[in-house]
Amino acid sequence: MTSILDRTLTVAVAGNPNAGKTTIFNNLTGARQHVGNYPGVTVEWKEGTLRRGDLRLNIVDLPGTYSLSTFSEEELVARDYLLNHAPDVVINVVDASNLERNLYLTTELLEIGRPLVVVLNMSDAARDRGYIIDHHRLSQLLGVPVVPAVGNRNQGMEAVIGAVLEVVNSRVHLPGTADQCRDAGPGPGGLAAPSRAAGSAGRVNYGPDVEAAVARIEALLPETPHRRWQALKLLEGDSRVLSDSLPVGARETVATLATAFAASSTDDPDVLLARLRYEHIGRLCDEVTRQVRGNGAAALSDRIDRVAMHPVWGVPIFLAMMYLVFMLTFMLGNPLMDLIDRGFGALGTFFTGLWPAGSPSHLKSLLVDGIIGGVGGVVVFLPNIVLLFMAIAVLEGTGYMARAAFVMDRFMSKVGLHGKTFIPLLIGFGCTVPAIMATRTLETRRDRLITMMVLPLMSCGARLPIYALLIPAFFAPRWQGPVLWMIYVTGILLALAGARLLRATLFRGENTPFVMELPPYRLPTAQSLLIQMWTRAWLYLKKAGTVILGAAVILWCLTFYPKPPATWVPPAEPGQATLVAYGQMTDPAQRRATELSYSVAGHVGRALEPVISPMGFDWRIGTALVGAIAAKEVFVAQMGIVFAVGQADETSDQLRAQLRARYSPLVGLCIMMFALIATPCIATFAITRQEAGSARWALAQTLSLTALAWIITFAVFQVGTLLKLGVS
Amino acid sequence: MPLTHVNEGNLAILKSIDGGRQLRGRLAALGLLPGAQLHVVQNSGQGPFVVAVRGSRIVLGRGMAARISVE
Repeated sequence: MTSILDRTLTVAVAGNPNAGKTTIFNNLTGARQHVGNYPGVTVEWKEGTLRRGDLRLNIVDLPGTYSLSTFSEEELVARDYLLNHAPDVVINVVDASNLERNLYLTTELLEIGRPLVVVLNMSDAARDRGYIIDHHRLSQLLGVPVVPAVGNRNQGMEAVIGAVLEVVNSRVHLPGTADQCRDAGPGPGGLAAPSRAAGSAGRVNYGPDVEAAVARIEALLPETPHRRWQALKLLEGDSRVLSDSLPVGARETVATLATAFAASSTDDPDVLLARLRYEHIGRLCDEVTRQVRGNGAAALSDRIDRVAMHPVWGVPIFLAMMYLVFMLTFMLGNPLMDLIDRGFGALGTFFTGLWPAGSPSHLKSLLVDGIIGGVGGVVVFLPNIVLLFMAIAVLEGTGYMARAAFVMDRFMSKVGLHGKTFIPLLIGFGCTVPAIMATRTLETRRDRLITMMVLPLMSCGARLPIYALLIPAFFAPRWQGPVLWMIYVTGILLALAGARLLRATLFRGENTPFVMELPPYRLPTAQSLLIQMWTRAWLYLKKAGTVILGAAVILWCLTFYPKPPATWVPPAEPGQATLVAYGQMTDPAQRRATELSYSVAGHVGRALEPVISPMGFDWRIGTALVGAIAAKEVFVAQMGIVFAVGQADETSDQLRAQLRARYSPLVGLCIMMFALIATPCIATFAITRQEAGSARWALAQTLSLTALAWIITFAVFQVGTLLKLGVS
Repeated sequence: MPLTHVNEGNLAILKSIDGGRQLRGRLAALGLLPGAQLHVVQNSGQGPFVVAVRGSRIVLGRGMAARISVE
C-alpha cells in the first residue's frame, strides 16, 4: 500500500555489457518490473520497484555500456538518463573477473557526480580466475561503498540495498530537495559535504596540465554535480556536449585549450584522457588485487572457443545450434499453436451454438468471426514467441550469441550487416513477428532497422499454405519442388539485395566497426531465463495484441459489410449461365461468395483491377489479397469464398480445379511472387511499429515492399506473357 | 605493421589506430589504446580476429584489425 508519506528514490543500475547488471536488477526487483522502449529508440528500458518500509526504490536498468561517450545509442541513452533524470543513487555493477576494463566506466560515473555504490559482481568468478580483490581497500581508493556480490546465486543483495540506503541517509536526502542538496558546496552546514568529498576522492587525477585546463573550463560552466565531467568531455571534443548550449566564451576557451593540447602531445585529447584513466585504474588494480594462482576459467573458455569459433567447424556448429532453435520454436511450438487454434475454434462453435442454426445474426458473426477469431490470431503466436525467446535467452546467457556473430560475420559483412543479423533472418522463415522482436539482440539501430525492413522477404510459415495450394494446382509434380525452392531463394536474394541497397542509400556511412567483447561462457540462471521469457510474452500480448486485434476486427468488417440487398444480382461472369438475385440464393457458399463480392473488400478488389491487371490478377485475387493483410494464410480461405467452394484449405482439390480453369500457371506463379514480397501482415506492421519506435518505419516497410512486389510481379507476368511461358 | 600480420598466439603492443574520433574512442573504452598489450588469440587468415586485452577477449573485424598498427 502506498501512502502519501512514502518516499520514492530513483536508483539507476549502470555497468558494462556482460557484467551481470540485469541479473542484479532481477534479484533486486523480482517480477515487479516492466520492459519498455526509450521513446523513439530501440534501446530497451527496464524499470522495477523494491520496497523497504515506507521507502520505495524505483530501480532503472540502464543499457550496458563501456563508457559514457556517444559511440552507440546505448551510451547516449545511459548518459542522458544520468544527466537529465538525476537518479538519487547509481549502482555500478562491476565484473570482478574483469576489473580493469569495468572500472573504466566507474571512473566516468564518479566524474558525473551522482552518489555511487559499486557492486563487485561475480567475485566467485574472480576467484576461479585465480585472484582475490580487497574490496575494503577498493572502497577507500574509490571513495564510495564497494559491495561484493554473486548475482547469479543471489548473494549479497541485502548488502547492496543496505549500501544504497546508507548513501541516501548520509545525504539527509528528501525528494524534491535533491538538487539543492547535491549542489550545496562543501562548506559550513553543507550536509552533502561528506559523500561529495568522498566521491571526489576516487576521481582520476589527470596530472597538472590536464587538471589546469579542466579547472579553466570548469570555471566557465554553471555549478552542477557533473561540471567536471562536462569539462572533461569538452576537452575530449565530445560532439554532443559541444552542441549543448554553453556559456559565453566557453567554446572559445575549449578550442584554444584543445589546440594547445594537439600541439604539445602526440595523442588526441580523447585518447590521452582514456590512457590516463587506464593508468590510474592500473595502479588501483595493482593495489587491490592479489593473484593467488593461474587462470583456470579463462583456459576452459578458450578451449571451448577453439572448437566453437574454429574457422572450419564454427559454421556447422552454428548451423546445428540454429537448427535446434528452429526445431524448438516451431516443432515444439506448432502443436501448442494447434491446441490454441482448436481451443478458439471450440469457443467459436460454442458461441455459434447460442444462436439458432443458420441465423444471419450480425452480432454472432462479429463475436465469432471477428473477435474470437481476432484474439485467437494474436494468442496463437504466443508459443512460438515464448519458446524462441527462451532459446535466445539461453544463447545470450551462455555467451554463445557473441560466438555466433563472430562465425557469421564473414558472410554477413559482405552485405554490410553485422554477423548477428543472421539469427533474426533465419527465424523469419518461421514467423516474421518473433524475428522482428529478435532484432533487439543487434547492437546498432542501423542494423536493427535494416534487418526489420527486409525481414518480411524471408518467406514465413504463413505463406506456405498459399504455395501449397497453388503449386500443385498449376505445376507438374516434377516442377513442384524447384518452384517452391525458387520462391524461397527469390525471397532471400531480395532480402540481401535490399539490405545492401539500404546500406548504400538510407543508412550510408562507415561500416559499423565490428568490435565486440567475447564474454566468458557462463551458465544462465533459471530466474533470468524465466523473467526474459515472461517480459517478452507480455510485451507482445499487450502492445501488438491491441493493434492486431483492432485491425483484425476492422478487416473482418471489410469482408462482411455492407450486406447485399436481396434483389442484388452479381455481375455476370463469363461462362456463367444463370443470374440469380442474392435473396433467391439457397447455396450458403454461393451466398457467402456474393456477400464478399458486395462487401468493401469486394469493392476494393474491383477498384484495384486496373492496378493489378498488369500483373495478371483479377478482382477475385484482389479481394483475397485484401483479406490476406490480416494474415497471409487467410488468402487461401478467401479464395475459397470467392470461388464459392465453401470452407477451403490448402489441400482443397475443388478449389485447385477452379483456379486451374480460370488462371494460367504464370498467374499462379505471379500470385505466389506477390504474396512473398508484398504487404506484410498486420501483425508484422504492428510489431515493426513497436520495435522501430514509430509508425513511419512500418509504413515505409509496407509501401516499399508492396511497390517492389508490384514491379517484380509485373515484370514476371509481362516477360512471361511475351515469351509465352506458362500462359496456357 | 598492421595487427593482421601478427600470428595467432603472439603478443603485440598497440601503436596507433587509423580511424576517426568515434572509432578511437570506442576502442579506447574497451582498453584498446596506444601502449596496450595485445595477445592475438585467433587469426585464421580470414574473417574476424580475436585479441585478449586487459583480461577480456575482444573480437575485431578484419577490416578493423587492418587499421590497427602494432609493434
